[in-house]
Amino acid sequence: MSKAFKELGLDATPLAAAIPAFCASIPAGELRGICEQARARKARLVALWGSDETVHRAGYTLHLALGFPSGLLWVSVPLSREDPHYPGIADIYPSANRMQRATADLLGIIPSADADRRKWLRHGAWPEGAFPLRKNVDAAARLAQGPDRYPFIPVEGEGVHEIPVGPVHAGTIEPGHFRFSIVGEKILRLEERLGYKHKGIEKRFEQMTLEEGAKLAGRVSGDSTVAYAWAYAMAVEGATGTEPPSRALALRGILLELERIANHLGDLGYLGNDVSLSFGFFQFWRLKEDLLRTHARLFGHRYLMDAVVPGGVARDLPLSAGESLIARLAGIEREVASLKSIYDEHAGAQDRFIMTGQVTPELAERMGFTGLAARASGIARDLRVDYPIPPWQQLDPRAASHTRGDVAARVAVRFDETFESMRLVQALVQQLPDGDIRAPLGAAAAGARGLGWVEGWRGEVLIALETAGANRIHRLHPHDPSWQNWPLLEHAVHGNIVPDFPLINKSFNLSYSGVDL
Amino acid sequence: MYQLLKQIAKTGIVTEPAPLPDAALRALEQRLGQVILEHFGRALAIRHVDAGSCNGCELEIHAMNSPYYNLEGLGIKFVASPRHADMLLVTGPVSRNMETALKRTWEATPDPKLVVAIGDCGCTGGIFGESYASCGRVSNVIPVDVAVPGCPPNPVAILRGILTAITPRR
Repeated sequence: MSKAFKELGLDATPLAAAIPAFCASIPAGELRGICEQARARKARLVALWGSDETVHRAGYTLHLALGFPSGLLWVSVPLSREDPHYPGIADIYPSANRMQRATADLLGIIPSADADRRKWLRHGAWPEGAFPLRKNVDAAARLAQGPDRYPFIPVEGEGVHEIPVGPVHAGTIEPGHFRFSIVGEKILRLEERLGYKHKGIEKRFEQMTLEEGAKLAGRVSGDSTVAYAWAYAMAVEGATGTEPPSRALALRGILLELERIANHLGDLGYLGNDVSLSFGFFQFWRLKEDLLRTHARLFGHRYLMDAVVPGGVARDLPLSAGESLIARLAGIEREVASLKSIYDEHAGAQDRFIMTGQVTPELAERMGFTGLAARASGIARDLRVDYPIPPWQQLDPRAASHTRGDVAARVAVRFDETFESMRLVQALVQQLPDGDIRAPLGAAAAGARGLGWVEGWRGEVLIALETAGANRIHRLHPHDPSWQNWPLLEHAVHGNIVPDFPLINKSFNLSYSGVDL
Repeated sequence: MYQLLKQIAKTGIVTEPAPLPDAALRALEQRLGQVILEHFGRALAIRHVDAGSCNGCELEIHAMNSPYYNLEGLGIKFVASPRHADMLLVTGPVSRNMETALKRTWEATPDPKLVVAIGDCGCTGGIFGESYASCGRVSNVIPVDVAVPGCPPNPVAILRGILTAITPRR
């Protein structure tokens, strides 16, 4: 591991974490060179965020998480208090664009003049020049509100017109704005404007203790509550030197796979619904409801919220409950198998699925596509497979992979992963180790760092933590894979017709709350 | 086609009975008259507005559309525009970035109208509270008739809240 970073000319120190992780600090002048070398070595940009270190008598810091085959590298770039500028990296890693803009809005850490410097999270809730995530801004303060003028990129030409959609959408969907430029029915360009759900999550974390933060982490994106709660717990356990019991890790594995199955069942239903196969919606949502009720019975919550806690899990799974879970899943699996053959053989559905909303493997690689949707575009990355830490070690998880990158491929990946997750749950229940389900948390020194990195159903969820004194949080950045994937949706709709947008969007099913923070 | 029909026949009807209204969920006293409520009670059009939730409440609103709850059988349906709606179902703490959109949606909904706030965040601001970015509870922004607590409230609880809003004052 350290050998890889010597190659980058970095002095990286190992970080105590469940996943292989390293930290390094570099001057701003070296940032682009490091990113270019990392990109050449096929490392991906996992996240980019900033922090205010003025309380530590320093300036501001830009942070990057880079994913190498051998582990995660946390790069910090200290910047001055007076002039927190850095050279932008969005030309090297395109997914950095919105992360750079969000960091500028929240902290006034600004990329160089050649970068896209349009605002992102800031709408009208606070004025230009105010930076709410700086330590000198009171969390309860109400900042001066102003008009929101956002410079969308106009498309001109004969017969081109715009359709503005949102933020309030026609269905039960999270709010966001989509600006379509179209000719006839064909989409020439889509521009997304998000940030409507920004509710100050990162600022809220800084008012909390490590223990209190677990509940908030589980509500960054409610549909991925287990993935976030686990990533949070992993970060806190790293920072406090706590070792969760092996039984707890196996139970977390069960919870994470159940979350994946529940979300995939729901999406498969909606994907049927969006091609007028409402039969699929009703069948899959019946099965999903059966599973949610099983969750409530066995774990006390339909979506498994607050089941994963720092140090372990909140609730044990007794032997008889484990057996009933396996029996329930076996019943659902049989039905999913017959629904799959109905979907596969339904000419109308396949006609809408195939070659709709395509993301080619080349584009996916260039743009940094990640998670479930990337696995449908030939990028066979999956943290459970690539870093087989407990409880995945003995289970030999298989990453789903398809190459066509269309809606049909994303449907196929969901079917594959549903069956694989059922196998994993069954194996985990059968091999559940004996012992405690929760270890007491150690105390964290001020300035301790922790990282959590978990393959949620949508993709990899990252939590980067730095503690303050008295078990409090100095800075916490939760990172959703949707940051990487939203820009790909803009590409996927090119040349498709407007009525296929809801279908393509659903096949991605990205989080708004997870990126608006 | 045979397989599809066989699956439908095998599944049968799974719908469960609807819950009864619960006056304890009321935030405001019933403002609407008997005549209007009799109409709403038979054909209620709902517009959902996510004003800043974590998306947990949306999961349960989706789940409420599963055949177990058979909303349309109760005369309830979700509509695509506030102009067609009798009721707004609002989730989340209201983010400041959604404040204007929520107010405009409320103004676009024709009178007489009802508002049901969903979830702990909709009721109190929840874990996100009030801040530079969050207005907190829904009633800080628009009038709320019924508030349904829970994180998230399950489909039966949401349905009970909706039915409470269209029940005459006793």
